[in-house]
Amino acid sequence: MKYIDEYRDGSLAKDVARQITALADPARSYHFMEFCGGHTHAISRYGLEDLLPANVRMIHGPGCPVCVLPIGRIDAAIALAMRPEITLCTYGDLMRVPGSNGSSLLKAKAAGADIRMVYSTLDALQIGEAEPDREVVFFAIGFETTTPTTALALKAAIARGLGNFSIFCNHVLTPAAIQNILESPDVRKLGTIKIDGFIGPAHVSTVIGTEPYEFFAEEFRKPVVVAGFEPLDVIQAILMLVRQVSDGRHEVENQYIRAVTALGNEKAQAEVANFFELRESFEWRGLGEVPYGALRLRPQYAAYDAEKRFSMVTPAAKDNPACECGAILRGVKKPADCKLFGTVCTPDTPMGSCMVSSEGACAAHWAYGRFREKVRQVDARRAVA
Amino acid sequence: MNMMIKAYKRKFDVANGRIDLSHGAGGRAMGQLIEGIFHKAFDNDWLRAGNDQSAFSVPGGRMVMTTDGYVVSPPFFPGGNIGTLAVHGTINDIAMAGAVPLYLSASFIIEEGFPLVDLERIADSMGSASREAGVPIITGDTKVVERGKADGVFISTAGIGMVPDGLDLRSDAARPGDAVIISGSIGDHGVAVMSKRENLEFDTDIVSDSAALHGLVADMVAAGGAHIRLMRDPTRGGIAATLNEIASQSRVGFRIDEEAIPMKPEVAAACEFLGLDPLNVANEGKLVAVVAPEGADAVLAAIHTHPLGAEAALIGHVVADDNYFVQMLTSFGGGRIVDWLSGEQLPRIC
Ligand code: SF4
Repeated sequence: MKYIDEYRDGSLAKDVARQITALADPARSYHFMEFCGGHTHAISRYGLEDLLPANVRMIHGPGCPVCVLPIGRIDAAIALAMRPEITLCTYGDLMRVPGSNGSSLLKAKAAGADIRMVYSTLDALQIGEAEPDREVVFFAIGFETTTPTTALALKAAIARGLGNFSIFCNHVLTPAAIQNILESPDVRKLGTIKIDGFIGPAHVSTVIGTEPYEFFAEEFRKPVVVAGFEPLDVIQAILMLVRQVSDGRHEVENQYIRAVTALGNEKAQAEVANFFELRESFEWRGLGEVPYGALRLRPQYAAYDAEKRFSMVTPAAKDNPACECGAILRGVKKPADCKLFGTVCTPDTPMGSCMVSSEGACAAHWAYGRFREKVRQVDARRAVA
Repeated sequence: MNMMIKAYKRKFDVANGRIDLSHGAGGRAMGQLIEGIFHKAFDNDWLRAGNDQSAFSVPGGRMVMTTDGYVVSPPFFPGGNIGTLAVHGTINDIAMAGAVPLYLSASFIIEEGFPLVDLERIADSMGSASREAGVPIITGDTKVVERGKADGVFISTAGIGMVPDGLDLRSDAARPGDAVIISGSIGDHGVAVMSKRENLEFDTDIVSDSAALHGLVADMVAAGGAHIRLMRDPTRGGIAATLNEIASQSRVGFRIDEEAIPMKPEVAAACEFLGLDPLNVANEGKLVAVVAPEGADAVLAAIHTHPLGAEAALIGHVVADDNYFVQMLTSFGGGRIVDWLSGEQLPRIC
């Protein structure tokens, strides 16, 4: 408990905020993107924006594995789960993610599909062992952090000769997506984006290290600070970014030295490399096709690959055309700029990816921050009156 | 002759028996079940009369009535079980009107195969809970459904109580400037139950806060009844749902202070670990009171002297707000909204 309190010390935070204000050049503005939904959540939940000077703005990136999963993959999972021989094991927060036409795994479960909520890959393995007559499919999702556990589950399944266990692989990769945010056909379409630096997710870097960001910082001349998820971690990272910008540096720095190293967990990386390979292209909800942005099982493990084993197809499915997720995820617009925000699109009725899980930019703004606009409106009205 | 009947009678074996369909069929087995478990556990004059209803007298005045259904998984958890929850929850619903609870009813829907020992444990603890609270269970019902048609046991309750003269608590009564008081630490019940969920067992000493609050309420009413605008027990949906409910019913907003909200470190840590917001987590022995500013000190002092209110705190105020927002000053010094939960609260993956 002590541990948590230390990273939530409000007076320490105010101190850091004061340093940021002192260091930030009032003549310019700073736009930093926190890539990961965990950071977005911390920023909104602790009201960090209130501590920052007005010229330092945070842009909420695409980094929530649930949000970036395209509708087609949800549709494919639902279709698979509806097959009578299949037991689909999934994490709880995937249950409500909308597929096409208002469908979801939660609704498919109510309609009779055998969908079980699990808390780890091992739970799914256990179900596979306990129910040999069922085809148990684990709906694998997540960034670099969760991939090693999927790899270990596969390894265990093979070692135990579990013939009825397979994986629907939706693991995605962080550096590829960050690159896509700065350099993709959509960027040209949506206009120039002002991003002065990135906060990188610490949990991803505990696995991959900070090294994969080196090329990126160099190539795009943007600083990256890898940071933890406590509010104090985030605000410290912002200070480190402001400092880099004012020094004219663009380096990869590590705020989270308590767990992250340059090379990461090489053993975990080796396990992942054993079982997975890059997909040439994978659709990210809100970002479109991201080259080399996801993983799939290597061909020699086809028997454990649900997509091959059950000839799954991913139907093409489109987001609502009015949804501004693409622009929001790239920092061109804010949630409240979207016409659907808070009207048709709310966490209970999400239309676009940013509203899907509580870590999405729109959902976080809806749940924690939407009073800000109202306060601004009232202030503006008062100023006019 | 008597001996003959005994010979035909199936032995009522609580230790090894399970509920079967005959326990709900209205025959001798059902009689044995009701006598052997429920009447024994709830024992009082009304039940002993053996009617399908109970007649009772009430003083004149305003009466409150409530009904509730309990479906908890798992049925046993640290600090209580589905039965104690049913008794406490129903008493609290009555108490939140400032009323004195008088009588309860309990109806059981039991799944075929449910062990009689478990049923007895539930009934016994309900009996003790109702006796401790001084609110007897005076009528009930039992149904048995086929295996797979229920989750062990479901309990429905009803309760009635009397409102003291001159007291009129209404959900639309909160006014800007009113104080918001919580009677103790939040999230204990929800975390205790979750810690025992299948696949999610984690080590924690947290026990449910399940408790009957009518004694506490009586003290509050005595100390500052005229100043209490309304009370609510923040059960499902936690204090976030309760405050949002009051905000929209009273057409006001709230400003609360995260630092002031009492919470056990273990609850905070468990919520952190599971990715849950403690403001959304259920409580079963806590109340939120909105009190006119001039009565806040007296009411808070009365709560503090009651054993169930030692950790009570003033957590914020009612404000005028056309959007009915519940705003919170975070422990970190920033501001945020406290919203209703969307759907069920599900642990997040990363
Ligand atoms: S409010 Fe909804 S529709 Fe609009 S950008 Fe956000 S997620 Fe997309």
